[in-house]
Amino acid sequence: MITTDILIIGAGPTGLFTVFEAGLLKLKCHLIDALPQPGGQCSEIYPKKPIYDIPAYPEILAGDLTAKLLEQCKQFEPGFTLGERADTIEKQEDGSFIVTTNKGTKHKAPVVAIASGLGSFEPRKPLINNITDFEEKGVDYMIKEPEVYRNKKVVIAGGGDSALDWCIFLSDIASEVTLIHRRNEFRGHLDSVEKVQELKNAGKINLITPAEVIGIVGDEKVNAVVVKQAQHNEKEIEIECDHFVPLFGLSPKLGPIANWGLEIEKNAIKVNNALDYQTNIPGIFAIGDGNTYPGKLKLILCGFHEATLMCQAAFQIINPGKKNVLKYTTVTGIDGFDGTRKEAPKAVVKAID
Amino acid sequence: MNQQDVKITIIDRDGETHSIAAPTDMAMNLMEVVRSYELAPEGTIGVCGGMVMCASCQCYVLSDTNLPEMTDDEEAMLSEAFYVKENSRLGCQIPITPETEGLEVELAPES
Repeated sequence: MITTDILIIGAGPTGLFTVFEAGLLKLKCHLIDALPQPGGQCSEIYPKKPIYDIPAYPEILAGDLTAKLLEQCKQFEPGFTLGERADTIEKQEDGSFIVTTNKGTKHKAPVVAIASGLGSFEPRKPLINNITDFEEKGVDYMIKEPEVYRNKKVVIAGGGDSALDWCIFLSDIASEVTLIHRRNEFRGHLDSVEKVQELKNAGKINLITPAEVIGIVGDEKVNAVVVKQAQHNEKEIEIECDHFVPLFGLSPKLGPIANWGLEIEKNAIKVNNALDYQTNIPGIFAIGDGNTYPGKLKLILCGFHEATLMCQAAFQIINPGKKNVLKYTTVTGIDGFDGTRKEAPKAVVKAID
Repeated sequence: MNQQDVKITIIDRDGETHSIAAPTDMAMNLMEVVRSYELAPEGTIGVCGGMVMCASCQCYVLSDTNLPEMTDDEEAMLSEAFYVKENSRLGCQIPITPETEGLEVELAPES
């Protein structure tokens, strides 16, 4: 059981900034995210896109914003449960909550902050009628453990960066890699596209374009995929393989949080914006893009503000009745949980002759 | 209806037809019009905010309205989307201008 003060669901910008604000109040945080890395949408969907409305940053790439937020909260030693989705929540007699992920990891905290944005990112599944029969039997929507593919025949479908990058990576591990895409053009970093071209020329990757996987063949597990080539409308070919990996991006779903008994409106969690962004369940807060209230704007900077106010309320829940005054970091510095201290340099007093 | 408005017709994912007035002077695109009129639930359209990175605003163009050519980005995104037809476009890439008067689209299924 992982225990912490504030359990944050979602490691996007709002969740990461919560770690910092909570740290100033000496509260520890642990974050759960369905994605394998922190940063949420900023890391997963648009790491290379610039953002222009982060205060004091005239321009910052979304991926760099994640890196800066991680650096800013580092001394408060956040814990992470990544690649797991928060599934259930149970209120305990002492008022705390136990949140369990889809992999069975349990987390206990007196305060839960839902900073889940649009929801947890689920892979988009291609429209192949028997595909669900082969999940975990050769069909993988995400590559988590590349060693699984050693000396196996792998078919990857998709035309973006993840399809290209995994093709390149697996070409050294798998016995055979086939990349299938609906058109001849790929959308990825130029060096990835060039590398795939190189591997294709060297005979290390089979490339089939424009084409589409339209069926899966197998009994207990995947034995082959059926591929339809666009330029030969009638012609379908079967490609023998042990694994079929469709990489068509991720789409966010509110998911199991919808069943936590929270008041939901327009796919977002209703909160008290006049006070502390608490939901209808005391002790559970919702901050950032995933909440709603009159006048709500889904902006990163609004998430930062909501996180800051939420931490004050969390402090009162965790330390009932304790007096707390706002401290300015410029005046008091920052004492990290890792023993580090940041503070303003002392002014030097020196006489002028 | 303001002078700056154009009339467009949107068939939502439940098959219901909406005839609406869309402003041409607010730098809006079709995806944003759908959201502002709440013709699809929040979180199911315009997920990436209009960066041509999710295809959640895919629609089928039913009228012969003159629309801007597809960019490489849009074409690439549609090539990875599902339920794509000949007349598929991304709503976020269709700006509302006086030329879109009479535009008729159907929202593609959620995927």
